[in-house]
Amino acid sequence: MTDSIVKITASPHVRSADSTIRIMWSVVISLVPVIAASIYFFGPSAIFVLLASVAGCLLTERLFGSTPGSLADGSAMITGLLLGLTLPPGFPLWMAFLGAGFGMAFGKIIFGGLGQNIFNPALVGRAFLQAAFPVAITTWPAKTQHWWTLQGDNFALPFMSPVVDAATAATPLGNLKFGDDPVVTPLLDLFMGTTGGSLGETSALLILLGGLYLAWRGHLNWHIPLSIFVSAFAVSGLFYTLGISQFPPMFMLLSGGMMLGAFYMATDMVTSPITNKGCWLFGFGIGFLVVVIRIWGGLPEGVMYAILLMNALVPFINRATQPRLFGTSGKKKEADNE
Amino acid sequence: MKGLLSFKHGVHPPENKDITAGIASRRFPFPDEIILPLSQHIGTPAKALVQPGDRVERGDAIAEAAGYISSAVHATASGTVKSIELWPHPNGDMVPSIRIDVDPNSTQMQRPRIIPRWQDVKDEDLSKEIAKAGIVGLGGAAFPSHVKLTPPKDQPIELLLINGCECEPYLTSDHRTMLEYPERVYLGIRIALKALGISRAVIGIEANKMDAVEVMRKAAPDDLDVTVLPLQVKYPQGAEKMLIKAVMGREVPSGALPSAIGAMVQNVATAANVATVFETGQPLIERIITVTGRGIRKPGNWLIPFGTKLRDVVKHCGGLTEDAAEIIFGGPMMGLGQANLDVPILKATGGILILSRDECKRQDILPCIRCGKCLDACPVFLNPQLLGILAKAERYEEMASEAHLSDCMLCGCCSYVCPSNIPLSQLFAASRAQLRKLATP
Repeated sequence: MTDSIVKITASPHVRSADSTIRIMWSVVISLVPVIAASIYFFGPSAIFVLLASVAGCLLTERLFGSTPGSLADGSAMITGLLLGLTLPPGFPLWMAFLGAGFGMAFGKIIFGGLGQNIFNPALVGRAFLQAAFPVAITTWPAKTQHWWTLQGDNFALPFMSPVVDAATAATPLGNLKFGDDPVVTPLLDLFMGTTGGSLGETSALLILLGGLYLAWRGHLNWHIPLSIFVSAFAVSGLFYTLGISQFPPMFMLLSGGMMLGAFYMATDMVTSPITNKGCWLFGFGIGFLVVVIRIWGGLPEGVMYAILLMNALVPFINRATQPRLFGTSGKKKEADNE
Repeated sequence: MKGLLSFKHGVHPPENKDITAGIASRRFPFPDEIILPLSQHIGTPAKALVQPGDRVERGDAIAEAAGYISSAVHATASGTVKSIELWPHPNGDMVPSIRIDVDPNSTQMQRPRIIPRWQDVKDEDLSKEIAKAGIVGLGGAAFPSHVKLTPPKDQPIELLLINGCECEPYLTSDHRTMLEYPERVYLGIRIALKALGISRAVIGIEANKMDAVEVMRKAAPDDLDVTVLPLQVKYPQGAEKMLIKAVMGREVPSGALPSAIGAMVQNVATAANVATVFETGQPLIERIITVTGRGIRKPGNWLIPFGTKLRDVVKHCGGLTEDAAEIIFGGPMMGLGQANLDVPILKATGGILILSRDECKRQDILPCIRCGKCLDACPVFLNPQLLGILAKAERYEEMASEAHLSDCMLCGCCSYVCPSNIPLSQLFAASRAQLRKLATP
C-alpha cells in the first residue's frame, strides 16, 4: 500500500459526460444533412461558398483568438458553416471569406472570445455583407442546367463588380413581396427544399431534423424555436386574416431563413437568454420582429435583424427573468428582507 | 420513475450503488489505535474528561459537551489514553484529538449501566439522554440531535420526516441500516415522536431502494402513524429542504429552518442510533459505513468504530487498486477529498469512497457559454452562472446581497452539469470563506 494519494479535489468528484466541446461538435454534425442538401441543390458552388466562409472563421480565430487551442472547441467551425449557409450559392468567395473574418473578429473575438459575445457572430458577418454588398447577397441565380456548373460568379476578383452571367431567379419570399406576379410557393416545395434561396434556407425538413436531434441531446433549448414559431404563426396569421399581409402563416414559417434562424442562430447558447422564461420572451420577440420586417421592411427577409435586435436585449431579458429563489415568493422586496 | 414525489430541478448522476448494496454489514476489527477528535459535530468542540494514562472502557464518556450546541464524545474501544494532541482531521485542519491505545486483550465489553425505560422518561428529558449519548445527525452535517429535538416553542413540529433517501451515489450505509435494522429505526422514530410530542412520521426512501421500502413497510408497527414513501431517484433528494418539498409539497422559507413550517428531518441511521441508546445503553460509538468505489479491492459495508484510521480501513478492505485516484469521505457529490491516511473516521462519515482514475476524469475548464444548464439543475433556484461571474470578479458582497449566496447548499449540481467544467460550487464555498474573512476584522 502506498501513502502517495494521487489527487485531492473539491466536490463534486464526478461530472456529467456533457461537455462544451461535445455540444459544439454535435451542432456541426447535425448540420451535415443540411450541408449535403445544399450541395445536392446547388452543386459545387455550395461547397466553395461554405469552404470560403469556414476558412475565414477558422483563420481569424487562429490568428486573433484568445487561446491557441480555441479552434478545437468547434465554435469557429459552427460560425463558418452557419454564415455560409445564409449566403446565396453564387456569392463571390472573397466576400464570403471577408464576411466570415469580420463576423468572427467583430462579432466574437473583440468581446473576449467564446462565451463573451453579445451578438451571434455568423449574423454579424452576414449583416456586414448585407451592408457592404447588398446586390451580391440578394442575387440568387436561376437553377443551372447541370449540377456541376457554377452558380453565379463565385470566383469574382476582390473589389471588381461581379459579372453576373447567369440568369437570376427570385426566392419564394422575394417573389411574393417584390414580384410583378406574386405567387405563394407551395408549402411542400418549401418543406422539401426544392426552391431557390440561400444555401441553408431551402430544406425546412432537414433543418427540423437537425434541430430535433440537438433538442433530444439537450444541446438546444427547444423553448426558443417553439416560441419563435408560435409567435410568428400567430402574428402573421392575424395580419393575414385582416388582409394586411400577403404571407400565409405556414409560408411564413417555412420560407427564407426562418427555420435555420430559429433552430441554429437564435438558439446560440451564448447569445440567448439563460432562463426558459427568458427564452420564451426572446422567441416571441424574434417571431414578431420577423413578421413585421417581412411585411413592412425594405427587405424580403427579416430573420437576421430580428435575431440581432433580440440579441441586444438578452442582458435585459436575463435581468428581468431571474429565477424565483426557493422558499420565497420571488418578489425582490421579500427576498431582500430575509 | 415518473409519478413519484420529488422536488424541481436536481441531477441524476450514475448511482453505482450496486457495488455494495447487496453486501450485508459486518463488524470491523478493532484497530491498534483510535483517534477521537473533540470536534466531530457542528458547534463548540467537546471538552476532554480524561488524562493521558487513564484507562477507558468502550462506551465511556471521554469528552463532554461544551455548551448547548456541542456534543459528547465516547471511547469507541477499550484501552489507555495515550495523549491529547493535534491530529489531522478529515476537514483538513489539525484538531485536538484523544489518542487511545486499544487494549488487544480487552473483550471490548461495555461497562454495565442503568438504561432508562424510554416510555418512563419525561418527553422533555429524552433529548437530555440523547445529548448524553453524543448523538449527532448522521446524514452528513453532524448537527447535535438533542438541539434539533428541542425546537423553538413558537414553531411547533407537526411532522417527523425520516430521511432514507441516501441520494449520494455509491453510498449504501442507510440502505443497509433499513434492511438490517428496521425495528431499531422504528424504535428511534417512537422516541423522536415522544420527544417532539407529536404522533405522525413519514419515511422517505428513493425508489432505487424498493427492497428497503418493502422491509420498512412490513416492519411498520400497527400502533404508529407512519407512512413509507418511495421518492423519485434524484440528487439531492436527501437534502432537508428537498425532502420536505417532496413529502409535504411546501418550501422551507429562505433563511429559515424546517421547523418554520412544522417539519423536522432525521436520518434513518440517526434514528437507529437513538434507539440503541435506550436498547442497550450504548452511546454513539460506531455506525455502518460504506467502503466503496472502483479504487478499493474489497468494497463492503462495515460497522466501524469511530476513530479508526483511514489507513486501517483501506488495509482491511484489501488495499487500493493500481488505478486508485482519489479518496473521499462521504459521497462523490459533496464528500471531502482526503490527503492523509492517518485521518480518523468520524460520526458523520457515512462512506469512504475511493475512485479510480476512470471514475473521476477531469477535463479542461472552458469559458462559460451561458447554456443555462446550471440554472436548470439548481434545486434552490439560484443563478449559478451569475454567481460564478461574480465570484471570478471577486464581487463577494454582491454575491451575498444580489445573488443569494447564503441559500446555496453547496450540493454541487451546478458543477456536475457544467459542460465547460467550471468548478461553480467550489467557487461558492471559497467565496463564503472570503466573506467570513471580510466579516471578521
